Amino acid sequence: MYGWIWKRLPGPWPLKALLALVLLAAAVLVLFQWVFPWLEPRLPFNQVTVDEGTPSAGIVLPFAR
Amino acid sequence: MSSEDQEGPRVALLAEVEEPQPRERTWGDRVRAVIRSIGEVFITVGALLLLMVAYQLWWTNVESSQAIAQEREAIEQSWADPDAGAATPTPTPTGTPKPVTDKPLAEPPYGTGFALVYIPRLADHVWGLPVTEGTGKDVLAAGAGHYVDTAMPGAVGNFAIAAHRSSHSEPFANFPDLKAGDKVYVRTKKVWYTYTLTRDDPNLTPTDTWVIGPVPGSPGTKPTKKLITMTTCTPRYGSTGRWAWWGELSGSRYVSDGPPDGIDPGVVPS
Repeated sequence: MYGWIWKRLPGPWPLKALLALVLLAAAVLVLFQWVFPWLEPRLPFNQVTVDEGTPSAGIVLPFAR
Repeated sequence: MSSEDQEGPRVALLAEVEEPQPRERTWGDRVRAVIRSIGEVFITVGALLLLMVAYQLWWTNVESSQAIAQEREAIEQSWADPDAGAATPTPTPTGTPKPVTDKPLAEPPYGTGFALVYIPRLADHVWGLPVTEGTGKDVLAAGAGHYVDTAMPGAVGNFAIAAHRSSHSEPFANFPDLKAGDKVYVRTKKVWYTYTLTRDDPNLTPTDTWVIGPVPGSPGTKPTKKLITMTTCTPRYGSTGRWAWWGELSGSRYVSDGPPDGIDPGVVPS
């Protein structure tokens, strides 16, 4: 997978390395900005309220209790 | 110029090396490719999990401390609006404070900040912590949340709030340090309310909604006391249990008479 990407990056290796870093940064940005905020309420961490057992959002995971 | 000179021979060299190479992929090559791919998947999953941990334990704190500062500013601005200019309440040490005759606030719409909380025991996190209506994720990412339909500060019943103990700026990080007798100061626009903590229960479940009832533990009873309840999660980085502290109103005074018990909201006690 990573070899496949590396082969397709253009230019000599310093440029390839730079592009790889840019790709990595883009992936981290997407994760922090959209994926993790979406995922977070669906995970059994950091729930601080008492309620009727209905989480504010989404899936109740089997290990959530 | 010299680099261009090198370009030609280098490419030729590569081509020469690669030409005799195209041997067929052997069975071993395929096995290696599969194993390498599995390894890459594992490494990727590991990196994703580490990133998620970094997001939870670090980035949510960064984002929330900004959100908290903004919320606090919004609340202070809403307080300053009518009598602009005299926004900063100057403590007036003259005479005895007037008794508070104002009715408690009406419950604002969801997402509206209406109070700031000061807890000397938790001062490093809870000193001017905004309290916003509602207990959704968005609200709790910007301070403490007020359970909808519970009493407002200073009202008969139970003023119930929740806040994070880990991640999202972790306002209640040191929740276990609280002791009976500790003070919780709640400032609304015109009034300072002082609550004194009485008891706690660290072994609650997420569905123990009785803890925020008007008379905790006695549903259906008509409330006579002015209580406060604070809830957070336990264990600290989990969500399997809940920890609650209860307290009772022990004083109130107008903001114009200065802050209670000589606390200074502008200075975080160490």
